[in-house]
Amino acid sequence: MRGLSLNTAGLLAAAIISVLALVVIPQVAPFYILLQITLYFSFAILALSLAFIWGFGGVFSFGQAAFFGLGGYTYAILSINMGSSTVPLIVAIVLPTVFALLLGYLMFYGRLSSVYLAVITLVVTLIFHKFLGHTAGFEYRIGNAHLGGYNGIPAIPPINVPGDVTKFAFPEDMFYIAGVALVIVYFGLRWLLSSHFGRTLIGIRENEERAELLGYDVRLYKMIAFGIAGAIAALGGVMFTNWNSFIDPHVFDLGMSAQIIIWVVVGGLSTLIGPIIGAFALGILALELGTQQTIDVNLILGAILIIVVLFVPEGFVPTIKRMCIWLAESRGWLRSRLDSSDLEEKQGRDG
Amino acid sequence: MADTNFLLETRGLTKRFGGVIAVNDVNFNLIPGELRCLIGPNGAGKSTFFKCLTHQHKPSSGKIFFKDRDITRLHTHQIAHLGIGIKTQVPSVFDGIPVRENIWLAARRYHGRGSANKVTADVIDRVGLGNIRDSMVGRLAHGERQWVEIGMVLTSDPTLLLLDEPTAGMTHEETEKTARLIKEISESASLIVVEHDMQFIKAIANKVTVFHQGSILVEDKVEAVMANPLVRDIYLGKEKD
Amino acid sequence: MDLAAITIIQVINLIASLALLSIGLAVIFGMMRVINLAHGEFLMLGAYAVLVPTQAGVPLWISMFIIAPLFVGIVGVIIERLIIRHLYGRMMDTLLATWGLSLLIVGAMTMIFGNTMEGISTPFGSFTIGSLADSQYKFFTIGITAVVLLVAYIVLKFTRFGLIARATMQNSDQASVLGVSPPAVYTLTFGIGAALAGLAGAILAPISGVLPTMGAAYIAKAFITVIGGGEAILTGTAAASVFFGAINQTTTFFTSSVVGEVALLVAAIILLRLLPQGITGRFFRRGL
Ligand SMILES: Nc1ncnc2c1ncn2[C@@H]1O[C@H](COP(=O)(O)OP(=O)(O)OP(=O)(O)O)[C@@H](O)[C@H]1O
Ligand SMILES: [Mg+2]
Repeated sequence: MRGLSLNTAGLLAAAIISVLALVVIPQVAPFYILLQITLYFSFAILALSLAFIWGFGGVFSFGQAAFFGLGGYTYAILSINMGSSTVPLIVAIVLPTVFALLLGYLMFYGRLSSVYLAVITLVVTLIFHKFLGHTAGFEYRIGNAHLGGYNGIPAIPPINVPGDVTKFAFPEDMFYIAGVALVIVYFGLRWLLSSHFGRTLIGIRENEERAELLGYDVRLYKMIAFGIAGAIAALGGVMFTNWNSFIDPHVFDLGMSAQIIIWVVVGGLSTLIGPIIGAFALGILALELGTQQTIDVNLILGAILIIVVLFVPEGFVPTIKRMCIWLAESRGWLRSRLDSSDLEEKQGRDG
Repeated sequence: MADTNFLLETRGLTKRFGGVIAVNDVNFNLIPGELRCLIGPNGAGKSTFFKCLTHQHKPSSGKIFFKDRDITRLHTHQIAHLGIGIKTQVPSVFDGIPVRENIWLAARRYHGRGSANKVTADVIDRVGLGNIRDSMVGRLAHGERQWVEIGMVLTSDPTLLLLDEPTAGMTHEETEKTARLIKEISESASLIVVEHDMQFIKAIANKVTVFHQGSILVEDKVEAVMANPLVRDIYLGKEKD
Repeated sequence: MDLAAITIIQVINLIASLALLSIGLAVIFGMMRVINLAHGEFLMLGAYAVLVPTQAGVPLWISMFIIAPLFVGIVGVIIERLIIRHLYGRMMDTLLATWGLSLLIVGAMTMIFGNTMEGISTPFGSFTIGSLADSQYKFFTIGITAVVLLVAYIVLKFTRFGLIARATMQNSDQASVLGVSPPAVYTLTFGIGAALAGLAGAILAPISGVLPTMGAAYIAKAFITVIGGGEAILTGTAAASVFFGAINQTTTFFTSSVVGEVALLVAAIILLRLLPQGITGRFFRRGL
């Protein structure tokens, strides 16, 4: 029997689910839930950026929040000044990407070890936090945009149809825009990971030395991957800023970085769907916990992180997937072993 | 740079690790098409010598020429690009991915999309990895991992192949198969092979270089080296234990 | 002239605080290769371990020098037994687990004490140089830091524990040769690192104020100092504190405190780029 390979089946399932979600949810869900899901879409994009660079590139980055926030701030400042959203949108992704490439150059061509990468990315994020937090004074303005310190930037214009400022996105439209952005990032990453570049990146994660001995310039690959991750995070930041019409230095704080990491770790490092589910699940959990006063959100998030690291180190999605496959195989439902081109079955966290 | 007839030449190559001089003022050369064996007791500096050639270790001093070009300061990936492939002593492979993907990643570096698949299939045949092509490399036995690594290196058709203890941990049959493979490779490429097994060396090599305490002790035909009392003292004597 | 004197005292004070708040992290990282992201929360626990007894009428010095280090040290031992122990050799996982721990402790303390800043009145008065005045507590901080570093040096250099600790640092098998089981050394080390953090938190508490989330402000600085210092625990921490402290305070003096902090962070990035092994990776290699 030569049925669908697991990989193709997964791709098909993902496509069907995405379309259904984007068509059905707006019909059935009340407005406030739609808004909430839009927020999770932008978080899921952010989660994917870390899943890519960490799970597949083997580079642990504390700094995805920095690119997320930088994208958001860039969009805010430019769209306030320009009115129309097209150019701000592009620059808000290009600028963080360039910044990520520069930072990547500094780190990877300096051959810093993974701990030091973690420190540097963390430090960069904190620099933004510190700096933007102290821009409350009137002198801190770029054109018409006041940076506003910890009070943030309010009233950020929404995305509009290119060339026509009067046709702009209402909150319910943002559901579609952010949703489509997430779908594009997801399938884009799947494609990338099955390309020569992505497969090489996975090879580098597995064994940097061997990749170099084969003639791959590891530094360059990592730098580019870091740039791509920066671009994705920035896109998430733009979506977030649009959802909120507001941005403040909170996006750069330690709690934000912690959340991203928890989404990815809980959902499953080295998968793409896991971090998306993680972002949604923990987003909902945080929302629910926020409505009550007895238990502190941090307490729960911290406990979850510890428990996952100790007992489910691969994260939930790979663990559940493995259990299903094992069950299916042992019952004879599934004959073949995992398809070898199935990229989502790689393990390994330290890199 | 004067033209020489050497494919590979080192001049005064030295590598220090803190106080340890692992490779000491080595002047080594290899003519195109040659198959050379490198022997020497544990810690003689053979692996370190290899790693200097590939720039996995930065030489402390001295120079390395490949095809009369100074490659001392090139990066590892650039050296690979010039046609030097290495199988390291501890197999360096992509453990978490299947055999075929390992070979494909190597092949794809130097071949277009279409021919990479063909080269991959060819190499899998040539090295005899057909039965295990879908297994994760990390789950393979030591000998099989060595072949995977040799296979990866072969995909680029290297001019010079460095093999660091290619038969370590192999059964008798596996060793014979490896010897055949090396002979076959030597028809189209130059090789330097680090080995401890004198039978094996006799079977494949003509000329042997003996390392001792980081320096070249003797360089001669196999028979002469085996007859050399100095070599017996430092090396063959210790082999027996 | 007066300004110069005051400024110098401030610079030294900053360097001392930096060293003090990093030393616990340095001990744990240097000896166990564990990056303890809950270090900031250990400092915070130390601060509360001064605040609560003091409010209950215990003399400040007893809570500061006995209760705080003891309490946080015990917390450290428990955490090592429950969590860290299972993750040795998995650097990334310990980093994540201790981050989880950091969130958990912040959450728990917020539930107990609420998210409000509380203060401990600063002991000693102020001193004046010419027309300028500053707090005498600065001299106290500087003095304590000097004592802590000195004691740590003596312990590492001259005692049996120090010998075992240094052996473990280089190679965990060597400790077994000396007849000590590495797990015991690790537990003790983690406990000592935590206790040092507790002491640091206690000493900084009167100046910083006490708040469940106060750890976040310190973790990055401590982290940078330790990594910037490199292999050698004491020399590295001291050297990095001098380097970062001087840059921070000098920049602050000429511009503002925010720019000073930013300068510190930028300096950290440049330092790591130039000296990937930290300061002691290149200089003072034989240091402790
Ligand atoms: N990375 C390193 N750091 C410090 N010393 C090293 C390093 N690599 C090798 N050495 C030392 O250099 C010397 C030569 O080692 P090398 O591995 O090159 O020997 P070898 O001839 O390959 O031995 P073997 O037959 O055991 O493989 C040894 O004394 C070894 O301890
Ligand atoms: Mg060797």
